[in-house]
Amino acid sequence: MVSFLARRLLATIPVLLIVAVLVFLMLRLTPGDPAAILAGDAANTEQIARIRASLGLDQPIVVQFGIWIGNLLSGDLGESFYYKTKVATLIGQRLEPTLALATLTITIAILVAVPLGVIAAWRFGGWFDRSLMAFSVLGFSVPVFVLAYLLIWFVSLKLGLLPVQGYQRLADGFWTFLRHLILPAITLSVIYIALIARITRASVLEALGEDYIRTARAKGLPEARVLVRHALANAAVPIATVIGIGIGLLVGGVVVTESVYAIPGLGRLTVDAVLARDFPTIQGVILFFSFVYVLINLLVDMSYVFFDPRIRY
Amino acid sequence: MNRKIVAAVLLAAAAGSALAQDKVLRVVPHSNLAILDPIWTTAYMSRNHGYMIYDTLFGSDQKNQVKPQMVEEWSVSPDRRLWTFKLRKGLEFHDGKPVTGEDVVASLARWGKRDAMGVALFTFVDRMDTPAADTFRIFLREACGFVLEALGKPSSNVPFIMPKRVADTDAFKQIEEHIGSGPYLFKRDEFKPGDKAVYLRNPKYVPRNEPPSGSTGGKHVYVERVEWNLALRDAQAQVNALVKGEVDIIEQPSFPLIPGLKADPNIVVYTYSPPLQYMARFNHLHKPFDNPKVRQAAMAAFAQLPFLQAQVGVKELYKTCASMFTCGTPYASSVGSDIQSKSSMKKAQELLKASGYDGTPVVLMKPTDLTAIDKLPDVAAQLMRQAGFKVDLQAMDWQTLVGRRAKKDPPDKGGWNMFLTAWQGPDIWNPIANAALDTRGEQSGWFGWAKDEQIVDLRNQFMRETDEAKKKKLAEAIQARAFEVATHVPLGEFDAPLAARKNVTGLFRQTGNFYWNLKKN
Repeated sequence: MVSFLARRLLATIPVLLIVAVLVFLMLRLTPGDPAAILAGDAANTEQIARIRASLGLDQPIVVQFGIWIGNLLSGDLGESFYYKTKVATLIGQRLEPTLALATLTITIAILVAVPLGVIAAWRFGGWFDRSLMAFSVLGFSVPVFVLAYLLIWFVSLKLGLLPVQGYQRLADGFWTFLRHLILPAITLSVIYIALIARITRASVLEALGEDYIRTARAKGLPEARVLVRHALANAAVPIATVIGIGIGLLVGGVVVTESVYAIPGLGRLTVDAVLARDFPTIQGVILFFSFVYVLINLLVDMSYVFFDPRIRY
Repeated sequence: MNRKIVAAVLLAAAAGSALAQDKVLRVVPHSNLAILDPIWTTAYMSRNHGYMIYDTLFGSDQKNQVKPQMVEEWSVSPDRRLWTFKLRKGLEFHDGKPVTGEDVVASLARWGKRDAMGVALFTFVDRMDTPAADTFRIFLREACGFVLEALGKPSSNVPFIMPKRVADTDAFKQIEEHIGSGPYLFKRDEFKPGDKAVYLRNPKYVPRNEPPSGSTGGKHVYVERVEWNLALRDAQAQVNALVKGEVDIIEQPSFPLIPGLKADPNIVVYTYSPPLQYMARFNHLHKPFDNPKVRQAAMAAFAQLPFLQAQVGVKELYKTCASMFTCGTPYASSVGSDIQSKSSMKKAQELLKASGYDGTPVVLMKPTDLTAIDKLPDVAAQLMRQAGFKVDLQAMDWQTLVGRRAKKDPPDKGGWNMFLTAWQGPDIWNPIANAALDTRGEQSGWFGWAKDEQIVDLRNQFMRETDEAKKKKLAEAIQARAFEVATHVPLGEFDAPLAARKNVTGLFRQTGNFYWNLKKN
């Protein structure tokens, strides 16, 4: 296990290097000039040229890359063109809202989807199973922003139960923090409930057809124990994989939800950085996302050992 | 008894909470605040940030008249080459240090390197000095007619006054310290880019005695704290938050959502004054718009109404305006505008035929993500096609457009022929501020690089002229020539309303949004 961990951690280095090179080159090939954006609408070409020089963008790409990668190796993600703030500071500021939203969303999704999937598999072909499948299709199909607007209209504007927008930090009080996250988390969790419930259903259904389930039932074990201890436990590997992918996506890809609910998270930071051609921020955030993906994949792989003792590294 | 005590405590807590809420103004600005140096960039958000924390020597009132702000009194020598200004008593920076002539001189020198009007003014400035702590003087090489207009200009770049140590920063580097002498203090520790910006009432600010008007007069602050919500940028979410009372003001609600806001009894929609103007800009360097006759044909095709109807849609929010200077301001007139305002598609077709246009496609840039102007290029493309142009309408995001329009390359090598934009009234209301009328060719300030010696000469005369009536005549002559050579095309004016909760009173608007003299009841 230790050597597996060491190998995997070492393998992240070339992955991150490849990502760094690709992101750097892609940004330089993308149309748009950060200096022109920063200068404002009434600036002239001379002013833009001076700003470009002050950002180091007038230097050859190889030199720019050398400077950036040098800083990166010394642990410095650089400074945002747009905000004149260290990229690491910006990521730090946006990490809490994103992590909070991702955690609550995935918690809701797991707590709802896994039992639903197990029950649907247990009652395969029945009304519950069919209803869950219909809900899954709906969950995949309804755009997140439509669901968000509907929830805001009903829960916040009509019933007045929860805030329309905004994020409050955990340090400001747990209830205030939670109140602002409930609607966005529910909005986001719907698609993950649909996804995890379907995977759970399919995996548990497959497990329920195995000999050891028949043996467990023949031994007279209660049905709940058969389902949870034997079927679900053996079906856990694909479910854990999907949950892992879900967490990865939630950390980097909830731009629409963050926009509609005005949550200052990493997704919004990424979009702002792309729109402003803020190269250091985009590079830093993408590298961070890549690192998170690699880390989550590693954790998921490690979880297989826990769920399936036959797996050895 | 215990119940009574508990009730009293709860009531007191509720009252205290209500009082606190009354003192916090929660605003959704029109955009994100990223750059905190209002001299380094011309971005409107940076200018609005500047108005919160800095003060100005002069300002422009709602009738566009320049009035003193930090200046108590001033005089000018008979030959109009020596200007002496004395500062008001009690002016103090947020760090407690008094505002001195040295701070003013350093601030003006930095501004004079970046702002278009500042650069123009400093071509006349021989030197500046400070004979006393509260006095500064400007010595001109020759008389010029826009000293006060430049010092009192209300829009980007506004000559904000900073402490000397801050203003000594290279004009092409951003300032690191954000201290002014304005009505609010900037809470740097609470500033989270893309999330929120916070301003606190400056308890030491001494407002002028005159009533507020435009960027002039008494800047009285009645709230303790102003919070700019920079994260709330979805148009519908902004409206939801305003309806629910989670925010107090939306600076620029989306046009389609305005009727709904007007129908809400708790919300008031205020219109903007002066209005904004849409503009089409040609690239004068390349075919086909290097030919003035081709530009005239396009100008003749561009009736203003189709642009306004398509882009704004709400009838009471737009109007046609035949002037290149904001209608309703001192230099506005319809002189020379017949080529556009009294034209027709038939006339445009005739002009294009007579121009020798060879069918070169017009590369027209369309920003798909900027809802404030995204429909204008479609209308322009359609009208030009009707007139006989070949149009290559290229969709891109606004920031790509902004980068591309700075390129002088030919259109088939990454350049362009035309883009459309919008200006706030004060940015185009005189011939010096109006960037599109700088016709020094490739030396010229603004994208499109128009070249016309006659306009250059007229602008120089305008800069030197001190008689208002003659300045007006010169502005008319500049406009007539600009229409004749088609530097650009004005496409009509519109109001960008502001929406506020009914309990916010005292709102008035001129350039951007000023957050003084507002009460939250």
